[in-house]
Amino acid sequence: MFETFIEAIHQAIILIWSGDPEVFSITLRSLYVSGLATLLSCLWGLPIALGLALSSFRGKKLIRGFFNAMLGVPTVALGLILYLLLSKSGPLGIFRLLYTPLGISIGQSLLITPIVVSFASSAIESVDVGVRDLARTLGASRFQTDLAVMHESTWGIILAIVASFSRAFAELGVAMMVGGNIRYVTRVLTTSIALETARGEIAFSIALTIILMIIVFSLTFIINFLRRT
Amino acid sequence: MSSHLHIEKIEKNYEDLKALNNLAFDAHQGQLISLVGANGSGKTTLLRIMAGLDFPNNGKIIFNGKELNIHDLRKIATLVFQKSIMFNTSVFKNVAFGLKVRGVDTKKIRDKVFDSLSSVSLQGFENKKANNLSGGDQQRVALARAFIIKPQILLLDEPTANLDPSNAIIVENTIKEILERKSCIIVMATHNLYQARRLSSFIAHLHYGRIIEFSKSEKFFAQPENKITQKFVSGELQF
Repeated sequence: MFETFIEAIHQAIILIWSGDPEVFSITLRSLYVSGLATLLSCLWGLPIALGLALSSFRGKKLIRGFFNAMLGVPTVALGLILYLLLSKSGPLGIFRLLYTPLGISIGQSLLITPIVVSFASSAIESVDVGVRDLARTLGASRFQTDLAVMHESTWGIILAIVASFSRAFAELGVAMMVGGNIRYVTRVLTTSIALETARGEIAFSIALTIILMIIVFSLTFIINFLRRT
Repeated sequence: MSSHLHIEKIEKNYEDLKALNNLAFDAHQGQLISLVGANGSGKTTLLRIMAGLDFPNNGKIIFNGKELNIHDLRKIATLVFQKSIMFNTSVFKNVAFGLKVRGVDTKKIRDKVFDSLSSVSLQGFENKKANNLSGGDQQRVALARAFIIKPQILLLDEPTANLDPSNAIIVENTIKEILERKSCIIVMATHNLYQARRLSSFIAHLHYGRIIEFSKSEKFFAQPENKITQKFVSGELQF
């Protein structure tokens, strides 16, 4: 078993080193799909996070509770709901998003929106209350004060975005059910790993898993490095 | 024209607690008013109201004949906090903040920041991270950041409370220099009676949210009228 594993890793390294076109196209597609999902989730998630962190209004606790609860939503459940919504006979079928990279991106963006909202709003709220008073007493307007508070939480917001991207990049349920794992169209790293493992192509699976892990860990490493410097 | 500040019947309640009760005093440009009193006597609460950071429940703050609201106060007054709070950025950006939010030209900001830092003996500190400075240096940055915007009312909340004697002297000298320019009214909360004596034009003794003695610095120490103040000055007052 151990020898098989070592052999698989050896083959995986050769696959990556030789620049296998399919491995690279799957990797690029994964980056594109999850990158777009992260962008979309930031588009609506960050304003919601700002609203939750910087203002007080009725129902704030309810909204926060909703997003916290959604942090643990099973990706398969979300994938199934999206499949039903986007399928031809579904209410959103006219947009023809099922089995498209854009469909996966939208699905993943919904999956990671709670991460963006919860983590970013916590980061903004954790800024010392004194910073707000300081900005105000130096003559900042409400908007300028909010900007100063946001500036103080920049790294927390970046970490929220990175965590969201990593979640989207490594999820399987939405990509499989909304994307359909179509070769050269919607096949991404996680769906390929699942398929190739089922087919017994362990080396190919390990190659893709190594790439997946390298990208996720490198991103975290780079962010931590930049934060320190 | 010399500026005039009139504090009229300020009250602040926290549920059943009267933090400030019917507070009133006057101050003129170039004067430093010290607020002295025990912890919880209302010094910081009054400074926060004067800085436009808290609302009073009653009373007015009148400056040059005009009643000020919270937004007016934030434009003309600035508060230096007891625990110096720094923006998580360079010393330069910290000191420049007040000018930047006022839309001052970048070139002017640069010149003023350099002047301001040299007046607190922090030349060469522009690019250092403010949060990495010692407590004394941070308090000097806080002072530079406050007076660079030329406030008409400068509020100081125990500015030397957490400093060692050498840093306390530097901060005190900076306050003296600001006083000599006679450009603003300074209201300073302090526990240090010697410092109050050295710097103040007038001293207000706060006791449970009330001003029980308000007199010229010399008179405050030589002949205080209030019996509690007499004990406070002589060090006999126990809480």
